[in-house]
Amino acid sequence: MSNNSQLEVSVNSASVLTSQFTDQQIGCAEGVSVQNDQGFTAPLAKQLRDNVSQLARRDQVFEFLKPPHNPLIDTRHNILLYLEGVSVSFDGFKAINDLNLYIKEGELRCIIGPNGAGKTTMMDIITGKTKPDTGQVWLGSKLNLLKMDEAQIANAGVGRKFQKPTVFECLSVWQNLELSMAGTRSVWSVFRAKLSGEQRDEIERVLVLIGLQDQAAMDAGSLSHGQKQWLEIGMLLMQKPKLLLVDEPVAGMTHQEMDRTAELLNSLAGDHSVVVVEHDMDFVRSIASTVSVLHQGSVLAEGTMTDIQNNAKVKQVYLGE
Amino acid sequence: MLNKLFANSMLETDRGGQLLMLLLTTLLIVVPALNLLVPQGHFLHIETYTITLLGKYLTYALLAMSVDLVWGYLGILTLGHGAFFALGGYAMGMYLMRQIGDRGVYGHPELPDFMVFLDWQELPWFWQGFDMFWFACLMVVLVPAALALVFGFLSFRSRVSGVYLSIMTQALTFALMLAFFRNEMGFGGNNGLTDFKDILGFSLQADTTKVGLFMASVVALILGYLTCRKVVSSRLGKVAVAIRDSETRVRFIGYNVANFKLAIFMLSAMIAGIAGALYVPQVGIINPGEFSPLNSIEIVVWVALGGRATLFGAIIGALLINYAKSWFTIELPEVWLFALGSLFVLATLFLPKGVTGWFTDLSSNKKSNRNKGLSTKENAS
Repeated sequence: MSNNSQLEVSVNSASVLTSQFTDQQIGCAEGVSVQNDQGFTAPLAKQLRDNVSQLARRDQVFEFLKPPHNPLIDTRHNILLYLEGVSVSFDGFKAINDLNLYIKEGELRCIIGPNGAGKTTMMDIITGKTKPDTGQVWLGSKLNLLKMDEAQIANAGVGRKFQKPTVFECLSVWQNLELSMAGTRSVWSVFRAKLSGEQRDEIERVLVLIGLQDQAAMDAGSLSHGQKQWLEIGMLLMQKPKLLLVDEPVAGMTHQEMDRTAELLNSLAGDHSVVVVEHDMDFVRSIASTVSVLHQGSVLAEGTMTDIQNNAKVKQVYLGE
Repeated sequence: MLNKLFANSMLETDRGGQLLMLLLTTLLIVVPALNLLVPQGHFLHIETYTITLLGKYLTYALLAMSVDLVWGYLGILTLGHGAFFALGGYAMGMYLMRQIGDRGVYGHPELPDFMVFLDWQELPWFWQGFDMFWFACLMVVLVPAALALVFGFLSFRSRVSGVYLSIMTQALTFALMLAFFRNEMGFGGNNGLTDFKDILGFSLQADTTKVGLFMASVVALILGYLTCRKVVSSRLGKVAVAIRDSETRVRFIGYNVANFKLAIFMLSAMIAGIAGALYVPQVGIINPGEFSPLNSIEIVVWVALGGRATLFGAIIGALLINYAKSWFTIELPEVWLFALGSLFVLATLFLPKGVTGWFTDLSSNKKSNRNKGLSTKENAS
């Protein structure tokens, strides 16, 4: 009996299993099938073979050795994103002018500023959509984002939510999340891709997190505006990014929805660095620890919400005093 | 009953695909049997002429499906797919030309007639190897794929999309048409390639060969459908639909959009090439007219009428319109173009989802009506 329970514990370790296998053979009375905790019966030999073949696969490392994030992201200095001296101009108009911004690891940062201050352009630069004329953009201290295209930047761990919620309207909520899942990105592997049990669980988990578990099979196009915003945040989460760029997450949301979003974003900070661009000051006040004010393409002020509100320069910009 | 037949296969939930497979398999067995086993003059006998016509329609259907793959699922409105079709056709035509041997008008042992006529001394380098069937078959898929690769690489990398891309595909097929019209190109100029004698040693004039080609077309359509369905129902197909819906979103999720577009575009070009290769031996000629932009636009009309993003819709559209075309050109030849035009206008106005969309709407309406009826009855009782 004790022999059997030991076996149940060690199904996943092939080496232990081998020794157990011989023990089992010696004192074997019940045959060679093992009942495990999940309640399914699998022939011992088959399980053994599966485990060994898992270990022998040369195309992947062991599960526990996989880094949770891109190994090249180096945050030894506790800073995840560096923007230094970035400038970009469109037809002579300087959208971003000598912008310096540092995002710490696990930080939740709000960016506010009047229209045309360059908030969205800044996100375009970080995600590779726009290339700056001058300046440096680094993710950690080793990844130069200016040398990567959008897809590479996204795979390195930068997720972005657009101002207007963009989800794949013709696909179901579930499929939206499935496509966003980190991992397979090459054409052939995507063609061959099948969801594993863990991946299903992961999708279920995110579905619960964004409160769309009942709409999983619905077309994303038929969701309400707020639900689309959440779905997009859920898609970001599936990407497992280090840095989340969230552009106006509460536009068009009711107050309850806003509160839930604030809660969600707060819970994300810590594991991820979150940069939120938002116009709604109440919302900013409810989530932010640090606020940066952008004006005419550069940082005007930085600090807590109270500091910002008492800042003379900010008042001038916003109220024209 | 149908569902049971296809249980556990990838067509399990694909009602239209099930019906289509059933129809094609029936065609594959019944049509040759009615031609070869039923004596001529019997009312069930199918003329060989009809079979060849049917075979031609089936290659069009395959072509239409390849367009649906890139237009319906990937969102690229291609107005130049006729080019891939014609290239596949030319590759097959070159093989058939080489099979003529010394039976041509000029009796040259190696050179096709038009080369003798142009006073060429030896076979150009790009005609080498086409005397072997396997090589020709390889070229049937490789040449369209290579063109799709170059064209797709350049345009998808530089993110040309929408109507600009459509115009470029149109320009591509037009440029190829002009090029193939030139005698110096070495593809027979405006006469194209014709006067074929036999394929794999079987005479193209024989009834059995024609039936064989028809059966090959049916099999190609079945395999083509299954391949496309497999792609479309895999995650790759979902990515394609996602690209159609919102390309930038896909890019910011981390997919290299250009590669995905390129892969599906190339697959589609290969299928179009195969369709062309099956088309040429059945009609007996390939000329630069096949590159004409009008042809490519007509394919899009087939797909639109049949219903986009269904695969089987494209097939139905191609068969319907081509049957109508044959009927009109025999009965009322001067009316045909007007009929085609009004068909397109009416389809966009009244059948935005195509014929198949109309049928599915109809059947789902019926179902919901029946359910409604049931519930009112229950309430009454």
